[in-house]
Order: sequence, then structure tokens, then C-alpha cells
Amino acid sequence: MIPLSWYLVLAAAIFCVGLYGALARRNAVAILMGIELMLNAVNINLIAFWRYLNPGSMGGQVFAIIVFAVAASEAAVGLALIISIYRRRSTVAADELNLLKW
Amino acid sequence: MTTELWIALLPLPPLVVFFAILLGAHRNNRLSHRLAVGAMGISWALAMAVFVRAVGVADLAHAPFAASFNWLPTGAGWLRMGVLVDPLSALALFFVAWTCLGIFIYSIGYHNFGQPRDPHDQPGLPPHHGGVEPMYARFFAFISLFAAAMLALVVSDNLLLLFIGWEIMGLCSYLLIGFWYGKPSAREAMVKAFLTTRIGDVFMLLGIVALYSATGTLNFREILANEQVLAALAAAPSGVLGLSLAGLIGLLLFFGTVGKSAQWPLHVWLPDAMEGPTPVSAMIHAATMVSAGVYLVLRFFPLITAGWHEGAALTPTMTVVAAIGAFTALFAATIAVAQNDIKRVLAYSTISQLGYMIAAAGIGAYVAAAFHLFTHAFFKALLFLGSGSVIHGMEAGEAATSKGDHAAGGHAIDPQNMFSMGGLRKRMPVTFWTFLIGGFALSGFPLLTAGFWSKDEILADAFGHGHMLVFGALAAAALLTAFYTMRQISLTFLGSPRTPAAEHAHEPAWSMRIPLIGLAVFAIAAGWIGIPEHFPALGGIIPNWVHGFLGASLAEGGAELAFSATPLLVSVAAALGGLTLGWWVYRRVAAGSPDPLERALGPVHRILKNKYYFDEFYQDVFVRPAYWLAETVVAGWIDRGIIDGTLHAIGGLSLRVGAFLRKWFDLLVINAIGDQVGNLVKWGGSVLRFVQTGRVQQYLVVGLVFVGLVFTGLLLLRP
Repeated sequence: MIPLSWYLVLAAAIFCVGLYGALARRNAVAILMGIELMLNAVNINLIAFWRYLNPGSMGGQVFAIIVFAVAASEAAVGLALIISIYRRRSTVAADELNLLKW
Repeated sequence: MTTELWIALLPLPPLVVFFAILLGAHRNNRLSHRLAVGAMGISWALAMAVFVRAVGVADLAHAPFAASFNWLPTGAGWLRMGVLVDPLSALALFFVAWTCLGIFIYSIGYHNFGQPRDPHDQPGLPPHHGGVEPMYARFFAFISLFAAAMLALVVSDNLLLLFIGWEIMGLCSYLLIGFWYGKPSAREAMVKAFLTTRIGDVFMLLGIVALYSATGTLNFREILANEQVLAALAAAPSGVLGLSLAGLIGLLLFFGTVGKSAQWPLHVWLPDAMEGPTPVSAMIHAATMVSAGVYLVLRFFPLITAGWHEGAALTPTMTVVAAIGAFTALFAATIAVAQNDIKRVLAYSTISQLGYMIAAAGIGAYVAAAFHLFTHAFFKALLFLGSGSVIHGMEAGEAATSKGDHAAGGHAIDPQNMFSMGGLRKRMPVTFWTFLIGGFALSGFPLLTAGFWSKDEILADAFGHGHMLVFGALAAAALLTAFYTMRQISLTFLGSPRTPAAEHAHEPAWSMRIPLIGLAVFAIAAGWIGIPEHFPALGGIIPNWVHGFLGASLAEGGAELAFSATPLLVSVAAALGGLTLGWWVYRRVAAGSPDPLERALGPVHRILKNKYYFDEFYQDVFVRPAYWLAETVVAGWIDRGIIDGTLHAIGGLSLRVGAFLRKWFDLLVINAIGDQVGNLVKWGGSVLRFVQTGRVQQYLVVGLVFVGLVFTGLLLLRP
């Protein structure tokens, strides 16, 4: 049996990849993808903890499904925003979208 | 219904009508005068019923109609309100009811009821060309209140209710004298009448207070019919001028009369009160107001004469009363001789006749004074209404002769000036004959008229008790009275007309003639009830009812004087001599010629014509200093100087303190702190705004750092 820590390590690695993508990529689509990665890393955590610590209850799975739903809506809204921004500014580079500064 | 209830209800109908007219009925002239005359009729009927019953009581003086109820709790006891009809009130009730009723009916015609309203007439000014009075309903409301107040005063059983009626009459006289308030002279007269009578009222109120504090009651019978109370009051010293308490209170109450009954030195308001409509003059001078003053003196006769016995020397208070009365009688009669305004002559004759009554009361001739009050009310009301009728006729004549000048407005001649009249005998026979009767009664025409019997009784009393000064003054006044009365009659009615207006004058409406005739009957017959028993030939044919009726209420001295020929002869000589002289001097005065007296008397005439310059004297001594005090001292120095000055100083000081604080505290401290707070926030904002880079990923980094920090903190802090 694969120990729990492996899953946690995997999840942490994916989270870090996602975090890096969200912070470091210029492309807004890539930032969105980084966020998706972080959410999914969290999902892995949730499922792993459920399976190893409390398999009797449905909580972990339900939580994961809610996170999927939220992630899907977030991706839909985020992509729509990005398309809208692209139409206006002809760019999706995050560092060029700096209208709201001092 | 008991008689007491009738008495209590007696003053109410006119009072109710006053409110009814003011609140609603004034829209309709016919309804208003019907209400007023109807209510006066009810009061009159009640008064007559009460009078008849009062006469029927065997010993009314000691068993009067009286009823009262607890009205106001006053600590230990109660102030009681109630009614009282004793011989004096019964007599007063009789003449008040008759004269008031006559005046009410007369007013309908006097104010041209039934004529259309002249579009030129304005409220507050007399109607010019025979149109109905613009404030017709209001007039009836006011005289209703007037009559109610007088009736209440007469039937009152205590000084408080009497004073209330007294003051309501003061208000009514103010309102009615100034009824034509559009005339400046009427406005001045109303204020003058009100203020002058007010002076007397202040003293009277002091007297009431003194009486209440001395006896603890204001009820007439408890004070005046109680020998012990009177004796105690007469014995107690007041501490003022050596007067007894009774004397002081009597004197204070008498000053109220001096104001109300227009005695010297407060006589000045009454002639000016002629500014009001003539029925008002009759109301004030005959039926109500001035009679109320004499009524008060007679009512308090036992108090004023407390400590005095029949035949003894007069007390100081009585001396003052007699002196003022006698002086006023003579003084006013001399002025009346030189007046040309028909109503002013009557006004001064009223003052003079009131002086007679006061003098009579002062020398202890209670019955004579009351009798003269009674007869005078009738013939003076008659004379006033007659003069109103004459003025009315003159105005009609004026309107008929000066048709062309209507647009110009104003009178070409003064319709009240006797020198523009003359010959009205033929144009206005009813007015002439009734005026003649009234005038003869006023002069004391022997045997026939009421005035003779009452005046003769006063003279006989003065002579019989040895008050020769009073007798002399009154006899001289009687001569002058007859003279100026005949002067008035001659100038007005005899001779030939002196102006076109007098040629075209005509009798007024029937509603004005009927009261004249009714009062004329009384002007003759009212005297028959008081013919002395010992009078030669006539005495005893009709019993001397007045003497028995009124004299019974006196504690002592009910006895009639023995007959003495001297006062009778003097009285007859004065009356006939004065009348003859008056006729002879004025029998033919041509139009435009001056008063024959002017040449005969020279400068004296000018003094008389100007009423001894009393108005000017008061103007200079009281009115102008009062204005000076008000305008210069009080308004100028005290108000504007001291009070305003203090206020301005406080205000100025406040301004300075404020300016100082603003400069050195507000601007410097408060504002600076406020500004610095603002500046700080502004500076902080300008520094911190650089955090807002607008780059999403930087925000994310910041978020990450803080989450990291919080997380680290939490882990570190865990125990």
C-alpha cells in the first residue's frame, strides 16, 4: 500500500507548480491554468485524507466535487474575462493590464 | 319661579345676545336688532316684574330679595356671588330697564335701518347720506353687552360683581365712544374716556381691597346693614390723614365714582365721549355708566357716612364728597353756558346734574340723591335722544339741500352746532315738544316736571341742614342750568332757521319718536312719586312714596324735613329766571351773528368756551409729561441708553471675546490640529498608494507572503 505521505508530496508538488505558474507566467491564460493546478492539488489532498483517515464518510468526495464545480465556473468566468480583455487591449499579458494602479 | 331667580336671570338675555350677534347673527341686520331689542324686552319685563314684587313687599329695606351661592373658595371661607334687590336697586332697575329699552328701539331708526347701504360709506365712519350704518349689527352687540353689565351691576349683592359690571361698562364705553373709529377725534375720545375712568378705577380697586381686608367680605348687606361692622370701621384709624378706616375706604370708592360719573377733576372724558353715536351718549349719560357711579356712592352711603349722625357735622369724607359734588355742579354748569355743540351742552349738564347727586349724597341727603338719579335718568335720556333726533334731522336737511356736493363729501355745516339750527319747532314737532319737556325737567320747571321735585328736594335738604355753601353752589348751578337749557331750546327750535339745512330738516323715523314720547311721559310723571308731604297745596295728594321706600333702608334719619319756603322760592326763582333769561337773550339770533353772551361776558366767555382750559391744562401737566417721560426718559434714556447700552456692551464684549478666541484659539489650535490630521492622512495616502501597482501577480505575491506569515505565526504560537 502506498503510504499517505506520497500523495501529500505529489499534491504539494503540483500545488507549487501551480503557484509558480500563477505568480510567474505573464500570460493570463497560463495564470488561470496555474490556479486550476492548485485547486486540483488541493483535491488530491482532500481525497487522500478521506481515503486514509476517514473512509466511512462521504465528506472528502463531496468536497472534491464542490471544488470541481467551483473550478469549472471559475475557469468559465476567467476565460470570458480574458477574452473580453483581449478584445479591448489586444493582449493577455498580466503585467500590461495595470490600469488600476496609483 | 322665585323672584330671586328672575333677578339672577335678568342681566343674561342681553349678554347672550351679545355673543349671538358677534358669533353669527351679525350677517343679518334685521335679525341682530330683533335679537337685541327682544332680549332687552325680556330683561325689561323681568325688571318690571321684579320691581312690582319689590314694591309689594312691606319692608323691602330689611327683607330684600337676596340669594347667593358659594363661588370661589378663599382659604377658610367662600367668596359668595349673588343678587340683591333692595329699594335702591329696585329703583335703579326701573329706570335702567326703561331707558335702555327706549335707547335700543331708538337705535334702530338712528342707524337708518331699512335704508340701502350707501356705497361711499365705510365701516368706522358715520353714514353720510342716510344710508344704513355699515356696522349696524356690531352696534347692537355692544349696547347689549353694555345693558347686561349695567343690569348685573344693579342686581349685584357684592362689590366684586359690581366691579365686574363696572369694568365691562368701561370696556363698552371705550368700544362705543370709538364706534366710528375712522374719525381721529373718536379714537382720541375713546382712549381718553378709558384712561380717565381707569384712574378712578384704580382707587376704587384699592378701596375694594381695603374693605375686603378689613371686613373679610364684599357682600353689601354683611357690611352695610351691619351696625357693628360699620361702627368698628368708623372707629378704626386708617393711618392716612387722620381718617377712620371707613372714611378712607369710602373716599377710595368715591374716587371710582369721580372717574365713572365724570366729577371734577376727572370730568374731562365725558364731553369728548360725545364722539360716539347719540344713542351711546344717552346710554352712557343717562341709563348706565355715569348712573353707576352715583349708584355706587348711594350703595355705600352707610359706609361713607359711617360715624356721622343726622344733624352732626360732616365727616371729612362726606365733606370731600359734598365739596366735589357741589363744585362740579356749578363748574360744569358754567361751561355748558358757552358750548355751541348741542350734545356738548348736554354732556356738561350731565356732569352738573351728577354733581347735584354727589353733593346730595355728601350732605347725607340719601333719598334726594337717589330720587334725582331716578328722574335725571329719564329726562337726560330723553334730551340725548332728542338731540340725536335733531342731528339726524339736520343731516337729512343737509343731504336734501346739498345734493350737488355729494361727491365732494364732508359737511358744509356742522349738524351739531346749535347756531346752524333754529326754527326746528315747525319741522320737527314731536322732537320739539319732547325736548321741551326734557329741557324743562332738567331746568326744574316748577310743579310740572320730574326734575323740579328731585332738585327741590336736594336744595331743601342742603338748606334745611344748614349746608349753605352747598346750597348756594347748587342754587347758582340751577339758575345756570335753566339758562343754558333755554339757550339750547331757543337756538335749536325757536326763531327762524339759520341755514338751509335747518329749513329742510324733518322728523326722523317712528322708531326714534316712540322712545322720545315714552321717556317724555316719565320726565313728567317720575317726579310725582316723590312730592314732599309738607308741600303746600300739593303735598299729600300723592303719598311721598320714594321717601318711604328708600328712606326705610337708612339706619337713621328717615324723617322728612319740615317745609321751608326759602329753598322752594330760590329753586322756583332760579328755574323760571334762568328760563326767561335764556329765552330773552337767545330769542332771535340771526344767522351768522355771534353768541350774544360773547359780548356780554367778554374774556370770561372765552374761558368758559374753552372749558377753563382743563383739557389744555391736563395736556400740559399730565399728558405731555407722560409722553416726555415715556419717550425721552423711559424710551430714550432708560430703554435706549441704559438697557440697550448694557445689551450693546455685552454684545460688543462678546464680539471681542469671540474675535480674540477665533484668532488665538480657533485658528491657531483647533484649525491647526484639524488641518494637520488632514495633512497626515493625505501624506500617508500619497505614500501608501504606491502599493497599488495594478499588477495582479504582485498582489498574489503579497497575499502569499502574508498567508505564509500567518501560517508561520500560527505554527510557532502553537503550544
